[in-house]
Amino acid sequence: MFTVFLYILALGFLAFSAIKDPKKTRLALNKSLRSFLNILPDFATILALIGVMLTFLSPQIIATLLGKGSGFLGMFLSSVVGSITLIPGFVAFPLVKSLLDMGAGIMQMAVFVSTLMMVGFVTAPLEIKYFGKRETILRNSLSYIFSFIVAIVVGLVVGG
Amino acid sequence: MKAVLKAYRYFLLILLFDVAITFLYPSTGRIIWNHTYANFAHMLSFIPPVFLLLGLLDVWVPRETIMRFLGEGSGLKGIILSIILGAAAAGPLYGAFPIVAVMAKKGVKYLNIIIFLCSWSTLKIPMFLFEMSALGIKFALTRWLINIPGILAIAYIIERCIGPSAKEDFYRYHTMES
Repeated sequence: MFTVFLYILALGFLAFSAIKDPKKTRLALNKSLRSFLNILPDFATILALIGVMLTFLSPQIIATLLGKGSGFLGMFLSSVVGSITLIPGFVAFPLVKSLLDMGAGIMQMAVFVSTLMMVGFVTAPLEIKYFGKRETILRNSLSYIFSFIVAIVVGLVVGG
Repeated sequence: MKAVLKAYRYFLLILLFDVAITFLYPSTGRIIWNHTYANFAHMLSFIPPVFLLLGLLDVWVPRETIMRFLGEGSGLKGIILSIILGAAAAGPLYGAFPIVAVMAKKGVKYLNIIIFLCSWSTLKIPMFLFEMSALGIKFALTRWLINIPGILAIAYIIERCIGPSAKEDFYRYHTMES
């Protein structure tokens, strides 16, 4: 749905640009292609890596890892799994829902969701390429710590 | 040819690993290929329009315009706009990186770039709607709201700790790109 909107937007602007100034449009297309080809090796590496990771850390395995843990140890485990894995939201949220139904703690699940989204272990090499080492380390470690605050607040508000 | 091989060396290494797994454990191998294929299909579905838009933006929108809205001196408005831009996004975090490259080139303030990145990582509206339907409005909304001050705090700390030379490197790297 969103992708369709994105295509309409991009093609609309492209048509508009082509009518107004074909020369500039060619330059833009050139830039688009060049920046895409520049980053493709890194994208390809990360996508392949995620493919391997999803296989060995499948939703079932994550469920057994996170379902049992409780207390701070459970939170810690959830945060580690959340930081390392990179599963899309449409897989993650139903998984978390079923874990909650099975009796997993709300704080453990909140820290899992938060680290899943904010901390990117697999994407760190790519982030370093764009932002440098310092930013990558700072952003990921601060996000990691912050995820525990999120978990506590969500735990207090939602309860359980 | 050699340069291409070098650029793709890690990717090829992983593929080699996948092939080895496929020979040793065919069923596990099949799952890996399925996931890898799905990942590429997903990336190739949303990435072309993003790069297309970025190229057009780069050529058509002057640096001054972007600077006025998001550059040094854009103040609170720039911060709010950065949050909104990140939240309006969809797609995984790595989709934000090429956008950041253009932002840096156009002179967007460092703080705003980090706010945009953090906002993209966790405030995405399409994701929020999905989270709400799966985990309930209380869970999703609490997490969303607490993230806003959290993102601001994280971005301010990064801005403070990054140091001028790392910041300069960042801008120089992305200005050199083209």
